[in-house]
Amino acid sequence: MKDYLKYLTAGIFFGFVLVKSEVISWFRIQEMFRFDAFHMYGIIGLAVIVAMGSIQLIKKMNLEDSRGNKITVPPKDPSQVTRYLLGGTLFGFGWALTGACPGPLFTLAGAGYGVILVPIGSAILGTWVYGMLRPKLPH
Amino acid sequence: MIDFLQQPWPWYVAGPLIGLVVPLLLLIGSKQFGVSSNLRHTCAACMPGRVEFFQYDWKQNGLWNLTFIGGTVIGGFLAGWYLNNPDPIDLSQQTVSQLQTLGISDFSGMMPEGLFGWENLPTTEGIVVMVVGGFLVGFGARYAGGCTSGHAISGLANLQIASLLAVIGFFIGGLIITHFVYPFLL
Repeated sequence: MKDYLKYLTAGIFFGFVLVKSEVISWFRIQEMFRFDAFHMYGIIGLAVIVAMGSIQLIKKMNLEDSRGNKITVPPKDPSQVTRYLLGGTLFGFGWALTGACPGPLFTLAGAGYGVILVPIGSAILGTWVYGMLRPKLPH
Repeated sequence: MIDFLQQPWPWYVAGPLIGLVVPLLLLIGSKQFGVSSNLRHTCAACMPGRVEFFQYDWKQNGLWNLTFIGGTVIGGFLAGWYLNNPDPIDLSQQTVSQLQTLGISDFSGMMPEGLFGWENLPTTEGIVVMVVGGFLVGFGARYAGGCTSGHAISGLANLQIASLLAVIGFFIGGLIITHFVYPFLL
């Protein structure tokens, strides 16, 4: 139960930063795909650098999580090239159309943009259709 | 303090803070930062049907993440409603003028009101940006095995080739929509 309070707090922190950084803005995503500003590249770039440094530190220091388990970060299978490129491109279509990836979709709902429930609903439907078609899709 | 919480934050403040979510979730309970899995957990919880992809213990695997995403909704409310920045976003002038050419006139909120609104939902452009766009976010994220958080942040930070391929895909898709579809659609 205490753990869930921690995840909730981490989520509040993430949502707060997503708004204050304007990452949830359709306009900022357009600016990024038009290469007109450094803003989004700066955010993603620094987020990756900080996360990378932290993961290295956690590995080097053999840190344990709050439940006492040694922290490991499992690798992703790089052999499924089709799924990453094709799936990634389809995701990119959706990202540029809605101007929001999944985190911002939920954050926008909290910020009072009620109409965002439409893309959230169709994202759940898209996930379901993927699950149904999964055995037939090239990966 | 209130001023700082109400203003937008520069990229060099926001970027590192977003990056810190990765070690935070690892330190709490060895969890991988990735938002789009929640869409799968929602399917598994609400409408698994006979689809094998949704037959797993979603509470065991995903309740922590659904709680996290519940937090982002609250964070969105606090930052975007309660401590909302009343000024329009300080966008690049080039982007503004290009979007104006496409017929976008409202730059006051997080998204253009005329494009994203209930009254625009029955139009072709409304269906494409909101319904088709959302569908592709969900379908594409699961097909690619992750979204911006799982691949572009956690995956790249863990030096995964898979994530680099996915991010290249994200940009191919985004650039096609922005430069080849929007000029006709909007």
